[in-house]
Amino acid sequence: MSEIVLQAGTLWWREITRFARQRSRLVGAFLQPLVFWALLGAGLKASFRPSGMPGDINYMQYFYPGVIILVLLFTAIFATISTVEDRKEGFLQGVLVAPIARSTVVLGQALGGTTLALLQGIIFLVLAPLAGIHLNLAAIVVSAGMMAIIAFALTSIGLLIAWRIESTQGFHAIMNLILIPIWLLSGAFFPSSGVPAWLYWPMRVNPLSYGMIALRRGLYLAEPVSFCSLSAFRWAVLISIGFAIAMFAAATRVANRSTSV
Amino acid sequence: MSAVAPITRTVTRDAASAIEADGLSFSYGERKALSNVSFAIARGEVFGFLGPNGGGKTTLFKLLSTLIPLQSGRARVLGSDLAGDTKTIRRKMGVVFQHPSVDGKLTVLENLQHHGRLYGITGSNLKERANSMLDSLGLTARADDLVETLSGGMRRRVELAKAMLHQPELLLLDEPSTGLDPMARREFFGHLEQLSRRDSVTIVLTTHHMEEAERCDRIAMLHQGQLVACAAPLELKSQVGGDVVVIHTAAPELLQRKLLQQLKLKSAVVDGTLRIERPRGHELIRELVDTFGAEIESVSFGKPTLEDVFVHLTGHRFDISGDARNE
Repeated sequence: MSEIVLQAGTLWWREITRFARQRSRLVGAFLQPLVFWALLGAGLKASFRPSGMPGDINYMQYFYPGVIILVLLFTAIFATISTVEDRKEGFLQGVLVAPIARSTVVLGQALGGTTLALLQGIIFLVLAPLAGIHLNLAAIVVSAGMMAIIAFALTSIGLLIAWRIESTQGFHAIMNLILIPIWLLSGAFFPSSGVPAWLYWPMRVNPLSYGMIALRRGLYLAEPVSFCSLSAFRWAVLISIGFAIAMFAAATRVANRSTSV
Repeated sequence: MSAVAPITRTVTRDAASAIEADGLSFSYGERKALSNVSFAIARGEVFGFLGPNGGGKTTLFKLLSTLIPLQSGRARVLGSDLAGDTKTIRRKMGVVFQHPSVDGKLTVLENLQHHGRLYGITGSNLKERANSMLDSLGLTARADDLVETLSGGMRRRVELAKAMLHQPELLLLDEPSTGLDPMARREFFGHLEQLSRRDSVTIVLTTHHMEEAERCDRIAMLHQGQLVACAAPLELKSQVGGDVVVIHTAAPELLQRKLLQQLKLKSAVVDGTLRIERPRGHELIRELVDTFGAEIESVSFGKPTLEDVFVHLTGHRFDISGDARNE
């Protein structure tokens, strides 16, 4: 057990150290969603009012938690790209011939990606007042907790893909075909109320939608508005945890079977 | 976690083999990379697998280093079954890959620390071992530099320091001198030999450099996935009959027939040249030039090299560019 902690811990430490030494990654994962939010949020605010939302939530406010998840998604993707590069460059080979279980390797990678995503997400919380959202301690703690769960799930999806494919080019294609649509259909960009049925059901079964629900509610803990009932919130948290565990298990399974190193 | 105490080993060449392989075969889909390869490597030996690219070296290396699972055949590494007990083997084995496995964004020392923790080594034990490896490989002054700022030769030494950090009994190296100039290559091999002597580590490497193979205690030659020879370099060279005379000519087949008819000389056509192996080859040259002077472009003569052994055994030139798939 302590060996797993030591091994996963050193892989985690390495992810963080690398990240800190590559400033462009930090800037990229943070600035891109910020630009999205500023341009899309401000641009759409004038024309659209999100339907089915309580109070006088404007689009800038509606989009804010969606952008936080985009920050998590981008950071998770960058962490995953580094896994593809590790395989290509040979670093991973050195890890795989060590007396370490593949599941421990994946755990270290997933925790590294999660930590980076969480850090960026928390930095993004600083912008909450700009969105007109007042945060108290409870809101910060619950939001951070949800971010951690969502980031772990997203990083695991990324690893699931990274352990299967050969090149970063392939990863970009998959990212645009799978990861971005999952985000678009999570309620991050537009609410599910009022959309046609062919969009409604994908949004209902999308596990990330529940992370979105829970995070949105967490962010507004200090505000009088409420987006969902407490029991719906509990369910959303449980589904998100289940989703994260399932994705991690799937990534471990793929890593165990991978021989193309 | 088990903190491994420093072990003091004596240089022994006991009977127990470091590696015993029996009938190893491996295919990538339709393509057979290894067929029925068997060999035994003694503890304390410096053993080289020599062969052109595509000969099966890298596949064999991946099998022995536990990167890919056995398909058929059996192997025991350091007394453990390669098919079943990879974890025990991994603890006792150090691996240096052809491609760098150190992280360029970490410092030399950080790379070693990271590696040590993967092997369950921590605290003062880790510190001591890292310092001792840095010291013996002449890296102490660069310990806090990012690996990406080091020269190619130094990076290779970091790889070696990393692979030896957990005090393995067996060191496995795949084309260890890839990307090194001849000078750095000799230096690297010197470090290897020093480690082999000091820590009595069994060293198994793959190479396509003849000079590297020459420095091994024994070598095995791989050609098209098959083991064509396995012996000490001198012994292999003695298999070639005496000297090697190579004739460059426009029509090798024609000259081959004439040699047989007029001089009763057996020769082989290899890659557009005519090769003759025989003792006292220098005496032959005059006769050749006198008789066939018009047809001969050039004649060379030499003591057999490992390359000649390879040609002798396979009838193929040792082509290092060769088939580069899977390399």
